Order: sequence, then structure tokens, then C-alpha cells
Amino acid sequence: MLDLTPKEITERTALRINPAKTCQPVGAMYAALGVHRCMPHSHGSQGCCSYHRTFLTRHFKDPAIASSSSFTEGASVFGGGSNLKTAVRNIFDIYKPDIIAVHTTCLSETIGDDVGAFIQDMDIEEGKYVVHCHTPSYVGSHITGYGNMIAGFIKYLSRSTGRKHDRLNIIPGFVNPGDMREIKRILDLMGIPFIMLPDTSGVLDAPMLGRYTMYPPGGTRIDDIIAMGDSPLTLALGELACEDPANELKRKCGVDYKLLPLPMGIGATDQFIMALSNFSGHEVPYALEEERGQLIDILLDSHPYFHGKSVAIYGDPDTVLGITGLVLEMGMIPKYVITGTPGEAFTEKAQELFSKFGVTGCTAKAFSDLFELHQWIKNDRVDLLIGGSYGKQIAKAEDIPLVRAGFPILDRYVHSYMPLVGYRGAMRLVEMILNALMDRQDRDCADEDLELVM
Amino acid sequence: MSKVDRILDKYSARVYKNRKLHIIEKTEDNHEISANTRTIPGIMTNRGCCYAGCKGVVLGPIKDVAIITHGPIGCGFYSWGTRRNKARGDKHTKNFVEYCFSTDMQEPDIVFGGEKKLKQAIKEVVEIFDPDAIMICATCPVGLIGDDIHAVAAEAEKLYNRKVVAFSCEGYKGVSQSGGHHIANNGLMRHIIGTGDRVPTKYSINILGEYNIGGDAWEVERILKRIGYDIVVNIPGDSSIHEIENAHIAHLNLVQCHRSINYVADMLKDKYGTSWLKVNFIGVSSTVKSLRDIARYFNDPELTARTEEVIAEELAAIHDEMEYYKSKLKGKTAALFVGGSRSHHYQKLLKDFGVETIMAGYEFAHRDDYEGREVLPFIKEDADSKNIESLRIEKDERRYRLYLSEEQYEKLRKEIPLDYYEGMIKDMEKGTIIIDDMNHFETEEIIRILKPDIFFSGIKDKYVIQKAGILSRQLHSYDYSGPYAGFNGAVNFGRDVLMGLTTPAWGLVKAPWKNSPMIEGHLQEVV
Ligand code: SF4
Repeated sequence: MLDLTPKEITERTALRINPAKTCQPVGAMYAALGVHRCMPHSHGSQGCCSYHRTFLTRHFKDPAIASSSSFTEGASVFGGGSNLKTAVRNIFDIYKPDIIAVHTTCLSETIGDDVGAFIQDMDIEEGKYVVHCHTPSYVGSHITGYGNMIAGFIKYLSRSTGRKHDRLNIIPGFVNPGDMREIKRILDLMGIPFIMLPDTSGVLDAPMLGRYTMYPPGGTRIDDIIAMGDSPLTLALGELACEDPANELKRKCGVDYKLLPLPMGIGATDQFIMALSNFSGHEVPYALEEERGQLIDILLDSHPYFHGKSVAIYGDPDTVLGITGLVLEMGMIPKYVITGTPGEAFTEKAQELFSKFGVTGCTAKAFSDLFELHQWIKNDRVDLLIGGSYGKQIAKAEDIPLVRAGFPILDRYVHSYMPLVGYRGAMRLVEMILNALMDRQDRDCADEDLELVM
Repeated sequence: MSKVDRILDKYSARVYKNRKLHIIEKTEDNHEISANTRTIPGIMTNRGCCYAGCKGVVLGPIKDVAIITHGPIGCGFYSWGTRRNKARGDKHTKNFVEYCFSTDMQEPDIVFGGEKKLKQAIKEVVEIFDPDAIMICATCPVGLIGDDIHAVAAEAEKLYNRKVVAFSCEGYKGVSQSGGHHIANNGLMRHIIGTGDRVPTKYSINILGEYNIGGDAWEVERILKRIGYDIVVNIPGDSSIHEIENAHIAHLNLVQCHRSINYVADMLKDKYGTSWLKVNFIGVSSTVKSLRDIARYFNDPELTARTEEVIAEELAAIHDEMEYYKSKLKGKTAALFVGGSRSHHYQKLLKDFGVETIMAGYEFAHRDDYEGREVLPFIKEDADSKNIESLRIEKDERRYRLYLSEEQYEKLRKEIPLDYYEGMIKDMEKGTIIIDDMNHFETEEIIRILKPDIFFSGIKDKYVIQKAGILSRQLHSYDYSGPYAGFNGAVNFGRDVLMGLTTPAWGLVKAPWKNSPMIEGHLQEVV
């Protein structure tokens, strides 16, 4: 496995090997699937749309619908305006969504299609909507695309009427439906009414009931997106994925926002809960205190099995930072922390975490890739890997246990239903880490050292 | 209303007009279908793009070539390790199938051109991996910004003294993956095939268009080697560039996937005189037939006897299991929607188990894949197909040779599919439905109207179909199982399908409270 990867590290300035990110549009598609009765639409050649649907379907093991402008060579030369017009007409005719969310691809961006103008020229039936955002794949990553699409919904739909309501806006980072459910559960426990955009729970973790529905019951309602403009506050849960959309809402409707890390691990979840409590003026209910206490209890009980172990974490920026925070709280050493998504903010935040917990000798890098991570590991190995499925190659090559967390997970089931956020999510992650390390100990030890009680 | 009309019923007039040419019910005289034309924008198609056909399908499985995707990160990422074209490296053959190489173009590369970055990426790939050959595959923006990847390749070839071949397979070219297959075929023919100097042996053959998904090629090769064939190369599954260099020396080309590789087969015939034979190693009876056809071509009593011996042994080895699965699957109905060959091939395997195909369609096939190669002269070129180059192939006077005399050839052509593919439709029963470029809406309609027991398709449909209560198995990836080819593969297939139909979860779909008419309780008088 990965036998051709040399230990010796040479500088690369052009060649990306084994990426730890993908392109913007798939993030936009994911965000759009989190709006009720929405058809994500890819304005470009149909291969992108096909790849993105495939990618999402493989991760969620659930249908990911989306349509395409199906560019041909002609459209690439003369522009895709008429393709988009035809597409929108056909989509409303055949698939009957309430809203179409258009994102671009590197093709339509390179030829400079003015999608906003195309949409303005369309006759759109009363009560139906077409929105768009720009997602050039040569800028940022799928995380950027996710934020851009959310901003696109806000730009087109949110209104400030001058009459505020009391619902809190929540913009979750690029997380699973299971995480979105958990965030909502916490809000309910705190007794806070809210609007969450996007919300893929009930869409990409839809149940088997014996019939297929193109638009399952989940997803943020259009009316709620409109009403976000009258909210008292937005909480953006993901410092690197969610600032743009929160900012867009502030710019457009004057809604203040608070940028928070993804609530993963204890500290970040504490911050989230405190922010909620500050917002509502309510005390934190015992139920949450109980969960937090259980988590700490577990950490104390089990610490000998993870304390001081080194770990490499890779994936999307907010998720990687969240996991880094948790492993530091556990007393582990996040030796290598990488994301494929560009942006130095990631590195700075990781460094802040390292110094907060006083660990040294840890490396954080944005715009990196799994090949680089593998080379580092070859030179100085770690005890554990945490990230998506592509890390399994390194895990196999170096015989290092792997805990799957983040995107994409193409080779396992159930992950999308379960949370990593909140105290419950942290508890789950701690269990996975413990199982990986302890299974490993059981596997590797001599017969006489096999412990029945641990 | 006919079945076809019921499928089309809800379409607007515009869409109806287009789609009705792509959907037919087989009758005695109705074989004509429209194919390889543009998908209507907005229709949720399963099709991919030219890049997917070129890099993803045809070139990706060649193991010892470093393929650099020149473009933004997406395309390279999505085609990394997801297709299950298995490959094994060894001491002499590097295996890059586990790797993804991309120039990961950023905004400045789009604005100022990406050639510089591509050159640097080639330099780095050479320094780090020292591959025997390098291929460059273009994604959407590359052609538009005017990067001359062919010039970069030519320069690098000289500089690094190894094969460097570029493929202009931008996603918007053609109407589906199909254009990409053609571009890849052209590149292999123009730059690689014919550069080797291996000497043929008595029974030297090539397999063309076998991708080794789930290890299919290994099962096919196992059988052919048992008989005594010398496989020069299987293009492309688990192949090495050095094997492909020698493809011109074989006495016969076996064509498995007609759609994706027929160009190479035709060009080999024109240039070197090698005939090709349409085979199908999916299904027990079709594998047996293919083996016998190959033996007839070589027409050597010893080889023929050995062929029969191997067939008898293989059949005996799987007999009991095949009978068991057949007893369980017989009488079921199936719908198939796959790329450009499998929808035909798998009908044969299903038939081995007594499963009846009631609907079949291709994602990116051409009319000849449906109607047979006799329609080739009548297929009109349109703007999209004209954009894909057709190589003009000259006879290689020095190396051109015919294995059969003209007389033998003419005689044999009447008996076996030599340089000929009959297409899918002739093999289908009257009253079955054929759909080209089937889309999401039609998939739902097929489920509703035809109610097949099993729907074979791809990942994008799979969970749609299953949510509707029908088993769906992927015929692109085999749901991570396989091999399905050859004799052993048939057994695997039967096992997987039966498992899918009988898994207990199907019986648990309905919650008990949905069955009982009311909740027990007592009435209270309401005043
Ligand atoms: S990189 Fe560009 S062409 Fe490739 S999948 Fe992404 S948007 Fe499409």
C-alpha cells in the first residue's frame, strides 16, 4: 500500500498528491440539500454534477438529488444562458421543487457566465424561487462552496421587515445530519426557538418507509430563511466555514452575529452553551450539565489508555480544529494537524490550541495533502489517525489504527446519523478513540499480557 | 396507453418530443432508437463527462503511468480510487492506482495560464516517483484558457526521456463519457500501441475493454490461461504501459466492452490487420460461447479439445451452486440501467438464473450498441460528435498481416461475431422496454409501471430505488463485491442478488402500528 511514497520529503510547489479537500460546488450542493423542497443545480457540464451527487451519495448512503445545465462545447463558447433557462423551466415542470439553488462550476466561471443576470431575466412563477452563488472550483474548497451557497440563500431570500422575532439563527458548519440533530436537541433543551440554515437532517438521513419521496420532510423552510433577516442574533458554528454567510446576513439585514468554533469537544461545546445561555438569559438545564459531567467522568476513568498518545488529524478545517481541541482535552498529542482547504487562519487557530494546552512539537498546516502527512508519519510516526476514508491507505501502509470522523466517509455506515458535536458527540468520539487504541493493545500484546479487565 | 406512453405521459410537449425517440418497446420490427445525443438541460441524467470517460474509465486502470489531472482539484479527487479497477504492482511495475495527482489549479493559474504549473508538476512527479510514463488529462477550464498541454507533453517527453502523453478531455466535450473513451483510445493508438517489440506466440491474444472491476479481468485471464492463451495485454484493467505497447502483435483482439474500446479494435484492424471478436465473459453460457468462438478462430484441434476440457471442468465446479441460486431466483424480473455494455452483458447472466429482463438501457451508448454495427453507415454526425476527433489510420505496411485467408475470414464471419457486434436489442424479448440516457424521473416511472423485482443501476439511483422498496444492486461497482465475470463470478453474482432479495430488513419496513387498524382504547362519551 502506497509503496511508492518515499520517506524523504522534497519541496513541491505544483503537484498535489492525494488531496485532503475537494472543489467548491459539492459543498454548495450539500448546503442546498439542507433547504426543504430545494433542487440544487450545477451550472456547468454534467460531469461535475454527476461526480458531486456520487460523492454525497457515497458518504450518506442516501439519494442526493441535483440537476445540471449539461453544457456542451457550444455552450462553453457562447455562454450557458439558454442552457440555464431551459434547465430551470424543465426542473420546475418535472421535479416541482419550490426553489432551485444554482451554483457554478469552474467551466461557467472561466467563461464568465453572469448567472445573476440570467436569473433576473427569467419568468419565475409566484411562490417559486431561483437563487444562486458563485463556486469557482479554483478558489478555496468544498468548505468555501458550502458557505457561499448559504450566503446565496440569504442574499436572495432573507428580509428585514423591521419587526424582530425571538428566534435565534444558527448556521452550522459542514457537518453531518446527525450533528445538525444534536445541535437542535441542545437548542431545545435550552428552550431557545431558532432557525437553522442549512439543515440536512431528515433529508440525507431519511428513513426507509417503503416509498421514495424526492423531497423528504427535512430541510430549512423558505419562510424561515426569509425570516432570518428579523432574527435578534446569528450564531455561526464554524469559524472557518460560516463567517461569510453570517456576515452576509449582517450586511443585508443588520443581524449581528457571533462566530464560534464548531462545538466539538468540551471547551468548544461549553462556549456554545454559554452563548446560548447569554442569548436567552436562561440557566443551563441540568440535562446538559449531566451530559457534560458524564463526559468528564468517562475521561477521568479511561485516561490511561489515551493519555500522551500521539495523533494525526486531517480533514476540513473546523472539524479538524474541533477534534484537535478534544484530543488536547484528553491529554493526547495532536502531532500533525492538516487540512487541504487553503487559509492561514486554520494554522493560527491550531497553534493557539497547541499553546493553550502547552504542547510542543506539533505541526499544523493548511493547503496540505495526505501525501505530505504520510511522509511526516514515515519520518516520525503517530499512534492514531483521525479523519475520513482516504486515510485508510496510510493506516494500512503504516499499520496505524484509524478513527473515521469528518468527510468523506465512503467505506462505513451509520456515521451520518450520529453526532460528533456537543457533549454527546464528544462522548461518541472518545468511545471510538478508546476502542481503536484498546483493540490495538489487545491485538498486539502477548497472550500472557491480554487483560480481561481494563 | 402503451407502456412507453405511460412513461412519457407527464412530460411537457418539448421534453416529450425529445425523450420519445430514446424510449422504445421492442416489437418485431421496431429497433430504432435515438442515442448519443445531448441530454436536455435540467433533466436529472446519470451521465458523466468527457474527462470521466477518458481519465476515469479508460486511462485510470493503467497502473504504471502517473496520470496528472490538470485542473482544479475536484475532477482528480473524484476519480481517485472510487472505480474499483483493481491493480497489483510488483518489483518491476509501479502501481499508481492508489494515488491521485493533480495540478490543483488556483485562481492565478486560470487567469495567467496553467502551463507553468503543469510543467513544474511533471518535474515533481518525475523527481519523486520516476514513473515509466506520464499522462496529462485536461479538465473543463484548460482548453478555455488556452493551455497547450500537448506542447508541454512533447517538451517533457524530450526533457525526461520517457513517454508523456496529453489528453484534451475537457468535461464539456461530446455529450457524455463516450467522447472521453474515444479521446483516450486515440491517444493510446497514436502514442503507445505499436512501440513495443515483443514477439507473438502461437495463441497470442489481447482483451480489450475489460476494466478489472472487482477483479473481473483476473477471473477472465485465469480461464483463458488455463486453456493456453498467451494474453499480450488486457486494455486497460490492471495493465502496464509496456504491455499496451505490444498490443499490435496479437493474433486476435477480444472485445468485452464494445462502447468504450471499439475504436482501438477498429484501428488495430486497419493498421495491423488484426481481427476482433465480440466476446462476453459475463454469464456462464456467454462465457462458454465466447471461449468456443475464440477456439474456432484459431481452428486448432488441440486448442479446441483443451477448450472443451476446461469448460467441462469449470461447469462441473460451479454446477451445484448455480443450480441452487437458480432455484431461488427463477421467475424474478429485472431492470438494468448501466453504462454502455453491461446492460446487455448482464442480461445473459440473469438468464442463467432464470431472471427475466423487462427493461434495459444505456447511459452513454451509441446506436450501434443498441441496434448492431450494421447501422453505423446510417448514423448521422452532429455538432457534438464532430467535435471528437476520428483518427485517420494508415495501414502499417511492414507489420500488417492477416491471420486468416480471405476465404476463411468470410466463412468464419458467418459463424462468429468477427469484427461485428449485434447490439443489445436483438437479444431482448418482445414487449421489453429499452431506454437511452434514462433519467431520474423515468426511473421512478419504471418502478411504478413495470415494478421489477431487482433494479440494477448505479450509486446515484440505488437509494432512490431501495427507498421505493425494490432491491437495487450497482453494476458499475458491484456494491464493492465481485468478481462477477467468468464462471466463479457468476456464482458470486447469484449469491449477492439472493442475499439482497432475502435480507430480513425488507420484512421489517412496515412498523406494526401501521398494520393494525386502530389503537386499542376505550370510548368515553363526549358531552
Ligand atoms: S473541479 Fe471543476 S470541472 Fe472538476 S468537478 Fe469540480 S467544478 Fe467540475
